[in-house]
Amino acid sequence: MGLKQIELTVNGFSSPFLVQSDEVLLFTLRERLYLTGTKEGCNQGTCGSCTVLLDGKPVLSCMTPTIRCVGKKIITIESISSGDTLHAIQKHLVEKGGLQCGFCTPGVVMTMVPFLEENPKASREEIKEGLSGNLCRCTGYKKIIDAVENAAEEMRS
Amino acid sequence: MSGPIGKPTPFIDAVQKVTGQAMYAGDYRMPNMLYVRFLRSTESHAIISKLDISEAESYPGVCAVVIGKEIPISFGVLPISPDENAIAIDKVRYKGEIVAAVAAETIEAAREGAKKIQVEYEPIRLFLEPEDSLETCAFHEQIHSHTKNGKNIHKTAELRFNEPEKEIKTAAHVRKEKFKFAGVTHAFTEPHSTIAIWNGDDTLTVISATQVPHYLHRNLAKVLELPMHRIQVKKPALGGGFGGKSDPFPHEIITAYMAMKTKRPVKCTFSREEVFITNHGRHPTEIDMSLSCDQNGKITALDTDIIIDGGAYGSFGVVTSYYNGVLLQGPYRINKFGFRTRRVYTNKSQCGAMRGHGAVNPRYAVEVMLDMLAHDMNMDPCDLRINNFLPENTLTVGQLRITSNGVRECLDTVRMKCDWDNRYGKLPSGHGLGVACGFFISGSALPIIWNRYPQTVVHAKLDFDGRIVMFSGASDIGQGSDTVLVQIAAEELGITMGHVQVEVSDTKTTPMDLGSYSSRVTFMVGNAAKTAVAKVREEMAKAIANEKGVIAEKLIFNNCRIYTKDETVDLSWEEGVEIALAGRGAFVESGYYISPKLGGTFKGAGAGLSPAYSFGSFISEVKVNPNTGEVNVIKIWGAHDCGKALNPLSVEGQIEGSIHMGLGQAISEELRYKNGQQMNANFFDYRIPSSLDTPDMDITIIESNDAEGPYGAKEAGEGPIHPVLPSIGNAIYDAVGIRMMELPITPDKVLSKLKMGK
Repeated sequence: MGLKQIELTVNGFSSPFLVQSDEVLLFTLRERLYLTGTKEGCNQGTCGSCTVLLDGKPVLSCMTPTIRCVGKKIITIESISSGDTLHAIQKHLVEKGGLQCGFCTPGVVMTMVPFLEENPKASREEIKEGLSGNLCRCTGYKKIIDAVENAAEEMRS
Repeated sequence: MSGPIGKPTPFIDAVQKVTGQAMYAGDYRMPNMLYVRFLRSTESHAIISKLDISEAESYPGVCAVVIGKEIPISFGVLPISPDENAIAIDKVRYKGEIVAAVAAETIEAAREGAKKIQVEYEPIRLFLEPEDSLETCAFHEQIHSHTKNGKNIHKTAELRFNEPEKEIKTAAHVRKEKFKFAGVTHAFTEPHSTIAIWNGDDTLTVISATQVPHYLHRNLAKVLELPMHRIQVKKPALGGGFGGKSDPFPHEIITAYMAMKTKRPVKCTFSREEVFITNHGRHPTEIDMSLSCDQNGKITALDTDIIIDGGAYGSFGVVTSYYNGVLLQGPYRINKFGFRTRRVYTNKSQCGAMRGHGAVNPRYAVEVMLDMLAHDMNMDPCDLRINNFLPENTLTVGQLRITSNGVRECLDTVRMKCDWDNRYGKLPSGHGLGVACGFFISGSALPIIWNRYPQTVVHAKLDFDGRIVMFSGASDIGQGSDTVLVQIAAEELGITMGHVQVEVSDTKTTPMDLGSYSSRVTFMVGNAAKTAVAKVREEMAKAIANEKGVIAEKLIFNNCRIYTKDETVDLSWEEGVEIALAGRGAFVESGYYISPKLGGTFKGAGAGLSPAYSFGSFISEVKVNPNTGEVNVIKIWGAHDCGKALNPLSVEGQIEGSIHMGLGQAISEELRYKNGQQMNANFFDYRIPSSLDTPDMDITIIESNDAEGPYGAKEAGEGPIHPVLPSIGNAIYDAVGIRMMELPITPDKVLSKLKMGK
């Protein structure tokens, strides 16, 4: 235990932080950087709401020690859309009704953005597989899957 | 309709949510804020023999430590059962109950401070199962002192019409069966969270993840002994409720009390484990049911005896007790009808309202028994149902007033879509189809707290900028009620949705609304909103007619213009606004909704009364693996009569979400306890369906256009869950010939039934 001075690169911007050595990235993002788009649904690595990108790969920020993120690029939901332009996945989630309460949504977006980059031709079954770590209690997943399918199509064209 | 009503409409807050900008209660942070953590009971039923907080009080960073005696006034969502205290006083009634609360400068200091509290318990006799609670015990052993006859029975609800027990003795076809249902919980993704601020003007602001700011408002006033006009309750973006955020909660009251005591902002956010042990979910239920038919396949009688396990406190339990019975009066005509529900207290976390409140489990029983009777009579289960549907515009035996009713169309639709007549009973072994129906209230006709106020009031404000602001206390909990308010205003005034904004769920600025529960919002708030905006239109038309010398009724509001058919008047919206506000400025119009007077005069006649009822029929297709016992639901056809879909996108979403939740309760979800300890208080062990478990869904919205609903609308949020579970149970019978009488239908139960059958 104890405090550590580290440098973190979050959403393209690097700055020094004083963090506890056993602190998880979710806490650092929400409580120290006040980036509250990343949600705490369980803090047990089970729901996917806290998903962020670490060097482009999705990780559960509630299970990721902050000090392990030094020298890596952290991307959160706050930097997925630029200005007025939503990412295709976000756009189709909005239009298709792929969210209701919206609490799981940032995690869904952060899981699906790298997933579609790696699997641009993903089938519906593969999308279901890719989404299986993100719990949603409102939608029954159907409209999320529909939205991701549509986004994949748009991104391919 | 020329405006957005009836068109698939993305939610007005969807962009905020999809970009992570929406503010949920847990996202709020105030300057100089304290954090609250709790000491929770490690005993299920015990006297608190020692409670020493001195070491905690002097722990670095701790600002306040509170025990039960400091906040002694009891509360509860129902004024007839205020049996809970914010913090346990003298005794604890379940493992996890709050025994003391600590407010500190940091979460860590609050947590460590709570560990320094010294507590000792003297255990009392445990009541863990309903059978225990039905036994007589000594007065000092009772969970609550107010229960009668030395038993732990909280409520007995009973209604009987036309001696069903006599009919059942002599009817041509009778089934008498027993069912058992595990407790399940809402499992919304956002944990409970509350911020309380004591303001400089001696008022209290509470920002909380609640479905019903109004009941929290009332209960805060009661427990904190503050006048209601000095309390402001605000609901920010809410991460799912399903009934689980509709009680006032101890942590909300404690957080508010801490803010009063310390004069600093205070925040409390639950861990996932705390969410599970706080529960308030669907009651574990045991049902004995008898159902009879005559030789023509007409249902003649239903009689049922139900025990629901309420856990340690009352919550909505009195209502749940009635709903278990009264909501079996549809969608079939049953003229000889009786039920008794006993809700018992046990030493577990309390149960309350959850999507489909009270009726989901007995609905499973009725629909499975209808399937059995159909087989007994060698009749198609769809035909048996059609043979017994209530018509439109009728009264049930208990005088529930049925108005619009699209159940027949629902059943015909799913039957046709799944090719039932060619496939049911003819699929290979292990593969089956099952059907079930349901119905549900569109809001309770009677408020929980009797008073002379309307059930909701909506204000619509027009100002010089041409903007309409809708002020409503309705709580958008993800179902899209904010969006419906905007749709209605845009529809009535012929303007874009962009002209309309909402101010919602704030007891200081929005008129009183009873909250998001009992599927009441679209029906009641929708009607009030429509009235308010229609009055704005009338005021505008009056002013324009006066100035332009035309008849007000001839003015058409459409396409952001106000005009007469002959175009003698043709104004832009902005020009119309200027005329309407000349010499008076901004104005507010008000609309309200009061349910018509309904129902009989007998005791218990008020339960289940609603100004309208939704109906539905679902068919499930399953595959059952006879070697592993695994049930795979591969497709569900759902047809739901919501009167009129104001926003088809959200109606579909409600039906799909109901399928998810119904599927979970049917095959995987179960709160497990061992010696009163919840054993699966996390998402690893409490299994809600994932995307991989999601069946294909074929959704049809049936529009019966209710005469009293706004634009014909009825509810869609809860009704669709009822048919889901029994359609799965009935499909399993079609697949492998076993009747699943206990939920959840886990592989071990399937295998053991298969072995018994062979």
